[in-house]
Amino acid sequence: MNLAAATNESLANASNTLIYSSMAVYTLAFFAHIAEWVLGSRSKVGRTAAALKKDSAAGAPAVTVKVAQQGGTAVLDRPTIVTRSAAGTRDVPDGPGAAGGTFKGDLWGRIAVSLTVVAFAVQAGGVVARAMSVQRAPWGNMYEFSITFSTVVVGAYLILLALKKNVRWIGLMLVTTVLLDLGIATTTLYTDSDQLVPALHSYWLWIHVSTAIICGAVFYLGAVGTLLYLFRDSYENKIANGGTPGKFATSVLERLPAAKSLDTFSYRINAAVFPLWTFTIIAGAIWAGDAWGRYWGWDPKEVWSFITWVAYAAYLHARATAGWKGRKAAYLALIAFGCWLFNYYGVNIFVTGKHSYAGV
Amino acid sequence: MSNLNTTDERDLGQAGEQLSTAPREESAASVPAMGVIGWARWFWRQLTSMRVALILLFLLSLGAIPGSLIPQNSVDELKVQTFKEAHTTVTPVYEALQFFDIYSSVWFSAIYILLFISLIGCIVPRTGQFIGQLRGRPPGAPRKLTRLPAYTTWRTEAAPEEVRAAALTVLRKRRFRSHEVGDAVAAEKGYLRETGNLMFHIALIVMLIAFACGQLFKSEGGKLVVEGDGFANTITQYDDFKSGSLFDTDDLTPFSFDLEDFVGTYERSGPQRGTARTYEARVTYAEGADGEEKKKVIEVNKPLVVDGTKVYLNAHGYAPVISVKDGKGKEVYRTAVPLLPIDNNVTSTGAIKVMDGYKDADGKKSQLGFQAFFVPTFAGDGKGTMFSQYPGLDYPVLALNGYYGSLGVDSGLPQNVYQLDTSKMKEFKDSNGDQLKKRLRPGETMKLPDGAGSITFESVEEWASFQIARQPAAGWALTGAVAAIVGLAGSLFIQRRRVWVRAVRGADGVTVVEMAGLGRSDSAKLPEELGGLALALNTMAPTAPGPEPEPGQPSEEPAEGAEK
Ligand code: HEM
Repeated sequence: MNLAAATNESLANASNTLIYSSMAVYTLAFFAHIAEWVLGSRSKVGRTAAALKKDSAAGAPAVTVKVAQQGGTAVLDRPTIVTRSAAGTRDVPDGPGAAGGTFKGDLWGRIAVSLTVVAFAVQAGGVVARAMSVQRAPWGNMYEFSITFSTVVVGAYLILLALKKNVRWIGLMLVTTVLLDLGIATTTLYTDSDQLVPALHSYWLWIHVSTAIICGAVFYLGAVGTLLYLFRDSYENKIANGGTPGKFATSVLERLPAAKSLDTFSYRINAAVFPLWTFTIIAGAIWAGDAWGRYWGWDPKEVWSFITWVAYAAYLHARATAGWKGRKAAYLALIAFGCWLFNYYGVNIFVTGKHSYAGV
Repeated sequence: MSNLNTTDERDLGQAGEQLSTAPREESAASVPAMGVIGWARWFWRQLTSMRVALILLFLLSLGAIPGSLIPQNSVDELKVQTFKEAHTTVTPVYEALQFFDIYSSVWFSAIYILLFISLIGCIVPRTGQFIGQLRGRPPGAPRKLTRLPAYTTWRTEAAPEEVRAAALTVLRKRRFRSHEVGDAVAAEKGYLRETGNLMFHIALIVMLIAFACGQLFKSEGGKLVVEGDGFANTITQYDDFKSGSLFDTDDLTPFSFDLEDFVGTYERSGPQRGTARTYEARVTYAEGADGEEKKKVIEVNKPLVVDGTKVYLNAHGYAPVISVKDGKGKEVYRTAVPLLPIDNNVTSTGAIKVMDGYKDADGKKSQLGFQAFFVPTFAGDGKGTMFSQYPGLDYPVLALNGYYGSLGVDSGLPQNVYQLDTSKMKEFKDSNGDQLKKRLRPGETMKLPDGAGSITFESVEEWASFQIARQPAAGWALTGAVAAIVGLAGSLFIQRRRVWVRAVRGADGVTVVEMAGLGRSDSAKLPEELGGLALALNTMAPTAPGPEPEPGQPSEEPAEGAEK
C-alpha cells in the first residue's frame, strides 16, 4: 500500500471517530434541551389562554403596536407604524420558548445550543475527512448522504439562529432526529469508503446532490414547523372553544410560537426552497441526459422527485386557494415531505433502478 | 398568500382588488343554469378553478406512484416479462389498467392533459387581466386607511398638496408606480411577481410540449461493440431499439463508428481501490454515408454528438477470444465472446454457443454450449473463488463447463445470447463421471472428452456498450426549465404591495398625513418598508408640535371630512 492510500485509510478512520464524537456531543445537547424543557415547565405563563379568552370576549382582533426602528436620525417624533394582522386569524402572542422564561431553563437552553454548535463543528469535520479520504464529494452512498444531510440540517438551523430568527423551539426535535439519523447511518447504512460507478464521475454530482441535500434539510425544518403548527393549532382551537387541554399538552404547546407564526415559518421555508428543488430536478435531468442518453426516463428516483415536486406545488397552490389554507395545506406539506423522505430512504432501499448505487 | 386575507374586504373596496390575478373560488355546489351552454360554461369554470388544478396536481402525483413500483416497459422490458411470469393473477388486471406503461397510459395522459387545459384556461384570462392592470393605475385609497395591515399617521405644517407632491417624489424614487387620486397618493410595486408567476406557468406548457415532442419523435437503442468492430446507424445494427410513435426510420442520423480501443485504468490501492480512473472508448467515426474519418474519445458523461444524435458510453466488459476445434481437429469457431459483468470488479458471465459447422467424434453434426465465468483478476493460483478482485486485467481466468446437443435456437423464440438453454443438451463428463469444468488462463485449452474436440481461451478483448439516442426538442425543454425557475423565483420572492398616502387639512388647520400599506400576505417587510417611506416623507413634511393623533385610534374624522 502506498503512502497516499495509507493517509486515505487514516482519514477514513478519523472521519468515523469524528462522527462518533459528534454523536456523543449531540447526546449531551439532547439532555441539555431536556433540562431546558423540564425547568421551563415550572413557569406559569398562560399567555395563550389569556389572549384567546380576551379575544373571544372582545370579539375583535387585538392590535399590536410595533415601532419601526429606522436609522438613528434626530427626528424626535418618528412616525409610529401600527400593524394589524389578518382578519379571521387569531392574534395570539408567540410562546416564550422551551425555557418558559425561566432563568435556569434559558441557561440550559443556551448550553444545549452551544453543545449543538460544537457537535456541528465535529460532525462537519467528519464529513470533510470522509470527503478527503475518498477524494470526491461525500455523498456517494447512503451512509455519506445521511451524515452530510444531518450536518446540513443543523447548519441551516444554526444559520437561522445566527440571523436571530425565533427557531430555538426546534432544538430538541432537531437534535433527536440528528441522533436518529446518525444512529441509522453508522449502524445499518454504514459502508466503507468505496468506489463510485463511472456515471457518478461528473461535476453534476456536486451540483445536483448538494442542492438535493440542502433542499431536504430545509424541507425538514419546514416539516417540523408544520407538524408543530398542527398541534399548536388544535391546542389554540380547543382553548378558543372553551376547552381545557391536558396538562402536559398545555405545558409543551404553551411555550411554542403561536400557530400563525409556525404556519408562516413553514410556508416561508417551503416556498424558499421550492425553486431550489425545481433546480435540483432539472440539474438531475441535465446530468441524466449526459450520462444515460435521456434526460427523463421515469426511473423510480425520477418519479419520486417528480411526485415530491408536484406535492409541494399542490401545497403552494393550496395556500393560495381560499378553502385550503391552514390545516388542509399543512397536511399537504407533510405529505410532500413524506414523499421526499420516501425518495431518500424508500427508493434506495425498496426499489431498484438506475439510481440504485446507494450501497445499502 | 392569497387574494385578500389581510383585511376585511368590505373595508377595502376596490383598493385591494387585483392585487393578484388568482381566480376567485366558486363553491362547487353552485348549480349551473340549464342547457348545454350552461353546463359547458360550468364545466369550463370548474376545470379552470384553482381547486380543480389542485385536485389534478394531487392525482398526477398519485398516478405516478405505481410506475415506480411496477416494472415499466419503457424502462426495462425484460423485467416486465419476468414480473408477468411471476404474477399471473394480477397481470391481466395490471394490463387492463395499463400499469406496465403508466406514463403513456390513457388515464395518466388524461390527468396531465386536463391539467394543462386547466393551466391554459387559467393563464389566458390571467394574462389579460394582468395586462389590464399594467395599463391601468393603482386604485385610489380606501376610506379607512386604519384598517390596513400597516398604518401610520402624523400632523404636519406642510400643506396637503405639498405633502402629496413630496409623497410622489419619495414613492417614485423607490420605483413605486404612483399617482394622485383625490386627496391621496396611490402607489404600487412588485408587478414582477405576477410576471414571474405567469412566466412560470407558461414555461410549464413549453416544457410539456417539448417533452411530448421528445417522446413522440425519439429513438434510442443500445449496441455492444467489441474492440475492432464497428457500428453504422441503421435499425438492423441495434441490439435493442425503441422509438416514439411518430418516429420514422429515415430520421436516423447517418453515421458510423469503429471502436478502436477501450481504455480502463483503475485505482490500485486505498479505499478507492477499483475506482475507474480512466474509462474511455476511443473511436473513429464518420458522418454521413461516406464522410471523412475523425477520431474521438467517448467517456461516460461525454457523449459523441453527431447532428443531434448522441452516442453514450454505457458499460464496459471483457470478451474472451475463444476458438473451438471439432473431433477432427478442424477449427470451427473463433470469436470474441462478450460476457456480462455482474459486479464492480467485472466478474463476468455468459455463454459460448457453437451453432454451425461442429461435428462430434463420430462426425455427426451437433451443437456445443459452454457456460463461461470470467474474472479479469483472479485471487491467485490454487486458492480463490471465481470472483474478481480487481476490475483491471491483472490475472485473467476463464472457467468453463460444457454441453452438447441442441442449443434450441431454431425453436423460433428469441434467445438470450448470454444464457444457455440446456433443456436439450447433455453435460460433458470428466473421467470421474462429474461434470467437466476447467479454469483456463489465456492460451490454455480444455480438451473435450472422448475425442469431441477442444476449446481454447486464446486472449481477451474488451467491449464497450453504447446507447445511441436522439431526443428532439431537448433544447426547448431546457429553455422552458430555466424560464420556469426564474419565473418561480420572481413569483415567490417578490411581494406585490400597495401604499397610500392621504393628506388633508384637519379641523385646526394643521395637515394630517395618513399612510397605509397593503400586501398579499402579512409579511414583516411591509410595515418595515412603510416605516422607511414614512421616515423619508416625515423629513420633508416634519411632525408639527402639538397633540399626536393616537395610533390605533382611527382618526376617521379627517378622512371622512375630506368627503364633505
Ligand atoms: C402543471 C401544473 C402546475 C404547477 C406545477 C403549478 C405550480 C405553481 C406554483 C409552484 C405556484 C406558486 C407560486 C406562487 O405561490 O406564487 C403556483 C401559483 C399559482 N398557480 Fe399554478 N401550477 C400549475 C397549474 C396551475 C393551474 C392549472 C392553475 C389555474 C387554474 C394555476 C394557477 C395558479 C395561480 C393563480 C397561482 C398564483 C397564486 C398566487 O397568486 O398566490 N396553476 N403554481
